Amino acid sequence: MGQSRSYTFSFLLLGVALLLSLLLNISSGSVTIPFSSIISALSGGSLEVESWNYIIWNFRIPKALTAILVGGGLSLSGLLMQTLFRNPLAGPFVLGISSGASLGAALLLMGFALLPGMSILGFVNDISVAIAASIGSFLVLLVVMLVANRIKDTMALLIIGLMFGSITSALVSVMAYFTSAENLQRFIFWSFGSIGNLSGNQVALLGSIVGIGLVLSILSMKQLNAFLLGDNYARSLGISIKKSRLLIITATGILAGGITSFAGPIAFVGLAVPHLTRQIFDTMEHRVLIPAVFLYGAILMLLCDLIAQLPNSASVLPINAITSLVGGPMVIWLLVRKRKMLF
Amino acid sequence: MAHDKKHSVWVQGLSIGYGTKVVASKIDFSLAEGELCAVIGVNGAGKSTLLRTLCRLQSKISGNIFMMDHPLESPTAAQLAKILSVVLTEQPASKNLRVQELIALGRQPYTNWVGSLTPSDKILVQDSLKAFLLEELRHQKCHELSDGQLQRVFIARAMAQDTPIIVLDEPTTHLDLYHKVQILKMMQQLAHQNKKTILFTTHEIDLAIQLCDKILILDGRENPFGTPEELIQQKHFEHLFPSEMVEFDEKTGSFKVKK
Repeated sequence: MGQSRSYTFSFLLLGVALLLSLLLNISSGSVTIPFSSIISALSGGSLEVESWNYIIWNFRIPKALTAILVGGGLSLSGLLMQTLFRNPLAGPFVLGISSGASLGAALLLMGFALLPGMSILGFVNDISVAIAASIGSFLVLLVVMLVANRIKDTMALLIIGLMFGSITSALVSVMAYFTSAENLQRFIFWSFGSIGNLSGNQVALLGSIVGIGLVLSILSMKQLNAFLLGDNYARSLGISIKKSRLLIITATGILAGGITSFAGPIAFVGLAVPHLTRQIFDTMEHRVLIPAVFLYGAILMLLCDLIAQLPNSASVLPINAITSLVGGPMVIWLLVRKRKMLF
Repeated sequence: MAHDKKHSVWVQGLSIGYGTKVVASKIDFSLAEGELCAVIGVNGAGKSTLLRTLCRLQSKISGNIFMMDHPLESPTAAQLAKILSVVLTEQPASKNLRVQELIALGRQPYTNWVGSLTPSDKILVQDSLKAFLLEELRHQKCHELSDGQLQRVFIARAMAQDTPIIVLDEPTTHLDLYHKVQILKMMQQLAHQNKKTILFTTHEIDLAIQLCDKILILDGRENPFGTPEELIQQKHFEHLFPSEMVEFDEKTGSFKVKK
């Protein structure tokens, strides 16, 4: 688009902020490690306390990387949804993708136990929950894509997504009612969201999932810009609506579904970050917004995680609660200040 | 009507409608390069349906449509975007777009996969801004504009798309008389100076008579087409509305309420 202004300075600012919040995130935790030791560990030096090295490389850095991937990826999927559905309130939750993931996890953690003679203890672990959640989110995504091919109206599609969300959460409630307290507790803990217990391999897998989503988003930048005018104008500009929609929905599904399956349903990031980003980058050009939203989401998630681990204490708050506590007021503040929400 | 090389738009025995429901039939007309043509008719006569059919937003029932000597069905969506640009009645999906950004989107059929503008794209965007007196508004957002300004932005976007044919759906609705005339004059200028073939639907029959080269009347019967003078002489405007309410005055080319 015809944008004469340059955003180099804003991007520089975001880059510095990301670096700072990354360092801050890594340097805080239940074990106090001096900042100088963090720096020397990151630059490849040896540390006086061997366990510090272990904590930094095996716990804090994977967690920080997860925060970046989760925050950036969810925000990006929120941006794609808002443009595709022409709705400032769209986000990964609206399409029912996150509820699909919840349903998958709930079926594994609570549903199987309801069947006679089934013991779930044997095969419930972090990986199987992640797999169940991915299957759940992709099944919902598949149905949404089938519906999207039949229904031309994006508003109707949005409502269908909301209905899927209601249906899946109702099913989850039914299972929660009948299940044992122990299984319910497992599910509740998963639904709190967590970015702290991924192994190096899992982080790499999450990284490739987010990478694929990012590539698909970049491939659809031009179509996304055309969608800002509406479907009919986009079509008159030579854009294939069906193909582009499929591409964008797939990108969202991979991002939101993949992330939710690993980190649990994390609320508000996908909805709030695109709006917050537009406060700094006052443009609708997706070539600017895609990297900016990703960076902003990563920073916000690192900071939310910083709050969640309650500096100088051993307990960790559920990340889902923190993102809602931070994101909710931010969206309200934006609405009150600007009176109306535009996308 | 002979199929002449000079015709930008050529429509022959066209029936339009939805599915099996025919809204209008027996539509015949042809437009040459640089002609401004209005489509008029009472509400429900099929003006918007005709426009949507010409933009390929819906399919025709029968008949032939040629654009730049090609059947409308043959070009791909990307090729058609270089032949035909549109101005619809709908608002932009994002009101946060800036004027210049919106106009630059008109260059999409020509840009690469990321949509970056070449220097010649930028010149066309500048020309469009200038032609529609939008240079000072270029950094404004769509939600800050008046209806008349927004309409100019959309026509400028169609100009930036640089297609030989432009179709507009009711470009003057919701505007006051001054802005109606302003928009129509700008469209006339675009047609005559930039050699664009422009087809638009309107309810402003008296303005269309004064400003257009050709008029197509959708009256549900023979759908007369010709220059405003021809249509006045053949008394086609007289039958447009029930005669007990309004009558057409040939001398002034306008309608009068019957006392």
